Order: sequence, then structure tokens, then C-alpha cells
Amino acid sequence: MSDQQARVYPPDAGWKDLAPGGIIPQAGNADCYSVAGWRLVHPVRDNDCCIDCLFCWMYCPDSAILQEGGSVKGKPIDMEHCKGCGICAAVCPKECIKMVPETERAKQEQTG
Amino acid sequence: MGKLIPMEGNQAVAEAMRQINPDVVAAYPITPSTEAVQIFARFVADGLVDTNYVAVESEHSAMSACISASLAGARVMNVTASQGLALMWEMLYIAASLRTPVVLSVANRALSGNINIHCDHSDAMGARDAGWVQLWGENVQEAYDNLIQAVVIGERRDVRLPVMNNYDGFLVSHSYELMQVEDDEAVKQFVGEPVLVDPLLDIANPHTVGPLDLWDFYHEHKRGQWEAYGPAKQAVIEVGQAFGERFGRYYGLLDPYYLDDAELVIVALGSTAGTVKDVIEQRRDRGEKVGLLKIRCFRPFPLEEVGEALSHAKAVAVMDRAAGFGSGWGTVYPEVITALYHRGVVLPTVDYIYGLGGRMIVPEDIHQVYDELGEVAAAGGTAEPLRWLGVRV
Repeated sequence: MSDQQARVYPPDAGWKDLAPGGIIPQAGNADCYSVAGWRLVHPVRDNDCCIDCLFCWMYCPDSAILQEGGSVKGKPIDMEHCKGCGICAAVCPKECIKMVPETERAKQEQTG
Repeated sequence: MGKLIPMEGNQAVAEAMRQINPDVVAAYPITPSTEAVQIFARFVADGLVDTNYVAVESEHSAMSACISASLAGARVMNVTASQGLALMWEMLYIAASLRTPVVLSVANRALSGNINIHCDHSDAMGARDAGWVQLWGENVQEAYDNLIQAVVIGERRDVRLPVMNNYDGFLVSHSYELMQVEDDEAVKQFVGEPVLVDPLLDIANPHTVGPLDLWDFYHEHKRGQWEAYGPAKQAVIEVGQAFGERFGRYYGLLDPYYLDDAELVIVALGSTAGTVKDVIEQRRDRGEKVGLLKIRCFRPFPLEEVGEALSHAKAVAVMDRAAGFGSGWGTVYPEVITALYHRGVVLPTVDYIYGLGGRMIVPEDIHQVYDELGEVAAAGGTAEPLRWLGVRV
């Protein structure tokens, strides 16, 4: 995500280059900031069980549950912005989202 | 033209606010500033101003609302004191960091505990490094004049900082004085229309305010903020001059009184400066070379100007109405010493902590300071540079 959106300031910008008041002359740039490193657990959705009620999409505080055409079922979750808070799993009426430790993910990536 | 009217400090502040007609006032009244807000609320209710008056649930919310409204593009004002200012603490820093020209009048009052409603300077002195411009008025007239100038200083394009208009609780806020109230139209002309800088309501040019700012950029942002205080000092000088040209009362960073040839000098701010002036006249009649350096603008601190103004003195006493617990001094004294040091001036100095929680300061106290200062000057120094004035033993 982060490299798809232009950064207003390069990482080596000097203090004279910055707008007064610490403002960023751009909106919606939280998209540029990855919080993947904050996560201890991540959501894994069982798509067979998902009824597309969109509760997870509505409740996610970081807009990390991605939808397409009004459907989340089978769609990816934005792992750059998921902080692993577990709200999606908690609100899922079918209990088909499980929070899996990041260590499991690393193991899966290694083996798989 | 204007006219002479007897007014209390709080009335004068409310009157200036009526004439300035700010877009938003979000206030939570607190003694001894309550009356200013109360009178202004009546102006709102009577339709004398267009102000959107927000009755908030705390001073923390008051300052939050002020900052938000200022960011949206409004001209914003507020009045508070003591615990109220203390509750605004974190928002004070945010107001300065986000460069919002909020104008806050403070009827200076002691901080708890124990609980006390009377004058000292511990409230505003505690906020001295929050990034606000601080003007300190001596009397009702100055509370009025400083408030009008505060708007222009803070909103200047090269400044964009919040400004605190300090006036002593009760001693000024509740004291009647014959003062000059200028014509509404003249005041409106002097403050002009607010200049909008990146208002959040400009939805065609969206931007982000107050984002997460860690080790990678925060340091640079603070360095940038540092640059505002040079222009802010210049603005205090220029706006004070322009105010004088328009209304006949000139203001600057400092207000010296019989200082040119003075050998014994008192440094003071707030209403005590008036008491000192009275004592100076009595002692000058006796041929004594005594003088006053009143600090009108405490932030930005006029370092070079204070050093220069005091360099010819034989001894200097600093009047501190706030105790810097643990520092060994009051809050003004270390700044004055820094100013002298950077000018390479070494002279006998004494710091007097006085008037805490409204302890009366009368001409006899000031006489005592000059008497003691004479002894210190004759001895070429003192083993007791920190003294508590008027404290029972």
C-alpha cells in the first residue's frame, strides 16, 4: 500500500521543507503508514462459513477488511493496516474469524 | 475618539471581546475571570456580537473547542484562570504546536493546594514553555489594550501562535479604574478581518492536522516551531508601535520606568509594577537613583533587551510571584540571570518571592526591597540571593 501512494515529504526532508504546524498538505495519508508491525495475532476468515453480513467490515477500526461489490467473502484483508485488535472476530455472528498468532503465520510462510 | 469609563479588568476584557466580535468563544468560567465570560455571554444573548458561544463542560474541552474552531478558520477567544488553565495543560501545547492563534485572557490566580482564589503568577508561569506568546498587563487599561493587540500579534502570517493576555486576578480583574475605551469601529479596524491560513473548512484543499509524528519527523517539526518566536517578538514590538500610533498608548517588549540612570533596579511584571512606580516617585523625590524594568512580554523572552536594559545597574532585584519549587528560585529570576550572563554582565542580584496566593504587596514592601538592594549594592553582592518577602517567621 505505502509505495502506491506518493509521500508528500521524503524521509530525509529537512525542517525548513515542512509546513508550519506539523500539517501534511494531503488528506487520507494514513494509508501510507503500515501498522503491520504492531500485530501479535491476525484474522483468518473461514470463507465457507462467512454469510457476508459485513459486520467485520463495519466494525474494523482500520478499514482493513476489504470488500468488493458489497462482499467480503473470499476477499483479502489488508495486512498493512490490520493491527490485530480482534474486533472482527468478536463481532462475527457465525464465529468464522479466528485470530491466529503471527508466529503461526511465520511458520506457515516458512513451510508453505 | 473613544471615551473614559470606570471599569473593572474583567469588564474591560469583555468589552474588548465585544468590539473584536470573535467567531467562537468556548469558555468554562472560573474565579476570578468568571465575570468576563459572564458579561460576554450577555453580549451574545443580547445579540451585540455574532459569536458562536460554546458552553463546554470543562476547561480541557474549552481549549479543545477553541483549537478546533481556530483550525476550521475561526477567530477564537477564551478566558480562564488558575486550575482552569491547569486543566487546559495538554491542549495549550497543542494550540501552539498546531499554530492556532487562539487568544486566551488569564486573570492570574494561585494554583491549589491549598485551595486559593487570589492572585499570584503560578498559573501562567507554569505554562511559560508551552509555546504561547505571553503579555502581562499592569492595570485595567493594559488588560484591554493587550487583548486587542493579542489578536493582531497571534494572527500575523509569520507568527501564527496562541497569545495569553495576563492580568492579575482580583487586583486588576476586580478593580475599578478610569480607562480609555476606544470606539468600536476603531478597534474593528485595528484588528481587521482574520487571515485564513489552511482552514480545515476549505474542503477543496484537504490536509492532515495533528497526525502521528514519531522519531522520524517530530524533531524537525519542533525545530520549525522554534522559528516562530523571532517573528513573534518582532510582532509584539510592531503591533505595540502601531497601537500607539492609532490610540496614543505605545507598547513594547519592556516598559522601563526611570531606568536610564537607575542604579537600583526592580524587575517586575503585573500589577506590582504599578506599586513599584509609585515608590520610585517617592524615592526619586529624595534624590535616589531607583528604577523599574517591567517585563510586558515574557514569552518570547526579550533576552537581549533585558540584558541591555539592566547592564548599567549597580544591583537588580527580581520580583517573582511564583515559586519555582526545586529550582531554588522564582520563575522570572533565572531568565533575567540568563539575559545578564549572555551580555557578559555580572552584578549583584536578589530574587524576591512575594505575594503568593494574594498576599498583599504594599509600598512599604517595595521600600524594603530598595533598602535591601542598596545594602547589596554597597556590599557588592549578597550571601542571600533568594529572599521571601512579607512572609511571617
